[in-house]
Amino acid sequence: MDFQLTDEHRMIQATVREFATREILPRAAALDHSPTFPAEIIQKAAALGLMGMMVPERFGGAGVDAVSYVLVQEELARASAGVQTIITVNNSLVCDPIAHFGTEEQKRRYLPRLCSGASLGCYCLTEPAYGSDAMSLQTSARRDGGEWVLRGTKIFVTNGVEADICIAYARAGPEPGARGISAFIVEKRFPGISVGKVEKKLGIKCSSTAEIVLDDCRVPASNLLGEPGTGGKIALSTLDGGRLGIAAQAVGIARAALEEATAYAASRQQFGRSIGEFQAIQWMLADMATRTDAARLLMLRAAYLRQQGTRYTREASMAKLFASETAMWTTHKAIQIFGGYGYNQDYPVERYFRDAKITEIYEGTSEVQRLVIARHVLGKNVIGDS
Amino acid sequence: MTMGADIWVYIEHAQAAPKKVSLELLSCARSLSTALGGNVVAFVPGSKIDRVIAAVGPRGADIIYTAEHPLLHPYTTDGHAAVLADAVRAESPAIVLVGSTAQGRDLAPRVAARLGAGIVTDCTTLGWRDGKLLATRPMYTRKAIGTVRVTGGGPCIAVVLPAMYPLPDADSPRQPEVRRRPVQLDGKAIRTSVREVKSVHRETIPLIEANVIVSGGRGMKAPENFAILDDLARALGAAVGSSRPPVDSGWVPHDYEIGQTGKTVSPQVYLACGISGAPQHLAGMSGSKYIVAINRDPNAPMFQVADLGVVGDLFEIIPKLTEAVKKVKSGIGD
Amino acid sequence: MNIVVCVKQVPDTEAPIRITPDGSGIDETGLTLVMNYYDEHATEAGLRLREQFGGTVTLVSVGPERAREALRTGLAMGADDAVLVSDPALNGADHLGIARVLAAVIKTLPHDAVICGKLSTDDNAATIGAALAEYLGLPQATAVAHLEVDAAGTGAVVHREVEGGVEVVAVPFPALLTVERSLNEPRYPSLPGIMKAKRKEIKILTLENLGLTAAEVGVAAARTALVRLSPPPARKAGRIVEGDTEQAVAAILAFLKDEAKVL
Repeated sequence: MDFQLTDEHRMIQATVREFATREILPRAAALDHSPTFPAEIIQKAAALGLMGMMVPERFGGAGVDAVSYVLVQEELARASAGVQTIITVNNSLVCDPIAHFGTEEQKRRYLPRLCSGASLGCYCLTEPAYGSDAMSLQTSARRDGGEWVLRGTKIFVTNGVEADICIAYARAGPEPGARGISAFIVEKRFPGISVGKVEKKLGIKCSSTAEIVLDDCRVPASNLLGEPGTGGKIALSTLDGGRLGIAAQAVGIARAALEEATAYAASRQQFGRSIGEFQAIQWMLADMATRTDAARLLMLRAAYLRQQGTRYTREASMAKLFASETAMWTTHKAIQIFGGYGYNQDYPVERYFRDAKITEIYEGTSEVQRLVIARHVLGKNVIGDS
Repeated sequence: MTMGADIWVYIEHAQAAPKKVSLELLSCARSLSTALGGNVVAFVPGSKIDRVIAAVGPRGADIIYTAEHPLLHPYTTDGHAAVLADAVRAESPAIVLVGSTAQGRDLAPRVAARLGAGIVTDCTTLGWRDGKLLATRPMYTRKAIGTVRVTGGGPCIAVVLPAMYPLPDADSPRQPEVRRRPVQLDGKAIRTSVREVKSVHRETIPLIEANVIVSGGRGMKAPENFAILDDLARALGAAVGSSRPPVDSGWVPHDYEIGQTGKTVSPQVYLACGISGAPQHLAGMSGSKYIVAINRDPNAPMFQVADLGVVGDLFEIIPKLTEAVKKVKSGIGD
Repeated sequence: MNIVVCVKQVPDTEAPIRITPDGSGIDETGLTLVMNYYDEHATEAGLRLREQFGGTVTLVSVGPERAREALRTGLAMGADDAVLVSDPALNGADHLGIARVLAAVIKTLPHDAVICGKLSTDDNAATIGAALAEYLGLPQATAVAHLEVDAAGTGAVVHREVEGGVEVVAVPFPALLTVERSLNEPRYPSLPGIMKAKRKEIKILTLENLGLTAAEVGVAAARTALVRLSPPPARKAGRIVEGDTEQAVAAILAFLKDEAKVL
């Protein structure tokens, strides 16, 4: 048993910590208060190799391992969960499935652009009627000569506004459930794809969340990702990686809240001493620190398993579940420590609180994570499908 | 090299006037000479330096050595290092004091290396104990104070921060003897050439020489708001500085920056406006005699080092303060 | 163009330091060590010259074995090679001793320019650069805030930040430059750069390899010694005024007149 990070892990962590502290942190509040897409930050992140971290170097990626990936996502989220959302989606929901399931030609065509920041990716799975029950999705794909024709509406698509490369899931065969689903690489320049409603959100405001309308969108047959009918498998495998990214995001938010609250507790004077000298505050800080560490350990274990090539669905769900609930709890306590100051926008803790909530929802709600974990605990299929 | 007991001050000058720090070092040299027993010597290198000599004269030196040569103006490392090293070799002073300026820091280590002289830089105090020079100096970005002893034989060079020693009055009864040292310099030995010296347009005085500094931070909110600090500085006869965020945001030029990555200052009064007080900034200004902080955030760490902390809106306070200072200066009202 | 950049590993300036109880130095337990901030700018300057003229950037450091990490950072930024002189005989060496060691290494390397940070943030001495220039017999330009190398690479025109102005100086190559933070914005080591740096070798040398002895450059030759390190005098928090604008102005005015005596 060895809890040490390697030299490279520490160097990557330190580099991205400095990058996030200097390039993202000073702009995080403004990006939340008047949400705009942080194009300049994304370009700088790309120059560092953060947009396609686990993509092999020959396709323009950084070629780092899964532990490096979560360490970096934690650092980014600690500075701005919104910025990190944009980056983690490009990595785990777009680059990763192309790198794992794409053809050599697809990898060569799409990965270098996605890694260099020339392109941005988004992931079109959820539909108005099918959220947690994603495998029942109804978007259709029919073959027409050398093309597939996709029809349907996808919602809650992160990066939906700015992205030019989409991974979209559609039902290409008559089989019900996951087995009828295929995955496609859809470019925004293809005819028939458009951006619909753009959501106004509680948190992670600088990342766009949009509806993507596929109105007989014509996709070349060569853009089918994986075999026909393997879309469900691709979606679920991709979500394991996605959940790691969200676990890391939640750990980053929790750590930001802990750091702010600790600094505030040391400097804020009441009754003639710093509030950190009161047990009421100390207990909160102790619990925040313990839960954040526990979440990080779950996150690292899942990342380690991924690196070993082992199945890590259960561990990714545990990490995502625990980390997101820790982020929610920790940011809630941080506001309490700040008192009235925590409730206003001069301090960042209210933003952490708003940002934290999404981690309990996207890439599988806490309830879905519990179902996944329970299925593994019980050793049997309790939700039916797959 | 044998060592005498004289204490030299390298006189840096510009526009025919000695730099303030060089004159301050005459006070430092005088206090050291009480322990060492040697002369206080002003070493004035340059070209057409009569007015500099005249200005140094009544500041308390026992002897003025000059090294005059057309190639010594403007300053070049090669030219000044040659004459200073030659003079030190010939006269063997115990200590050479140099002001911690761009020029002093350029020159002193080069001369020390040439002579094998012990060198200690950024000194805040100097003392003579048991026949050795003892210096204190900030280290680790002012998180610690180091006491350094110069060991071994031969002269030593101390580079001293400005504003550490009092400016001697220009009324010393001593009539320093002026000794003109012959200078031999070959133009080929001077490898660099100064193309021009652009004075950066600043209405106020240089930061490191200022007695009062008005400084702005992130709380200034926009570049144009530094105008209210300029007004106050003009009224107070102060210099304007900043913490790092305004520099990083491009509101003010790099040379405004005070802190670990900028300048180190120690004025009589430091007026921090909208500066939270990050350790990186405190490293550059916590040596100030008095600190006044204005900030709307009562939890700003700056308040923990300020002698006077004012919680309030600097955009309301500063203009009114400027008016009040003007009134006092002009003798109107209180 | 072949460039040598001198690099030092120092405690991270963002972190607090602990002075050892006997005042002999700082407690290194748990201390984060990084490449000296100014040396990042020096490395960046070297990399940009290489991008402009071709050639190599070689990093040189003197320090304990752990200083390898700072060199690794420079390699990850894109430097080609790195040399570390590590020898216990250098404990207690002074700045001139270290400059002599650096000079001995650099003399064995082709160099059109030697670039150092203006100072290191641990001892703040700003001494090594000019002393090294002397030992190498090179012309120097210190505190360089702007650097323009002529098209043939035979020399540079630099801007030096001096009090109240900017000095524009022409310096022929080979030369030694020390750089200001305003010279450039150092690049971050990229993730692929970090992975590549992992595969590069850092050459470790001893004094013997350089033909130097402890008597020449070690503690025996040192002309300065740190007697003790102490915490800076604590500043006590003073008075806090919370009131309207009139009260605030009156309080500051009274303070400037009566306590600070500058009015």
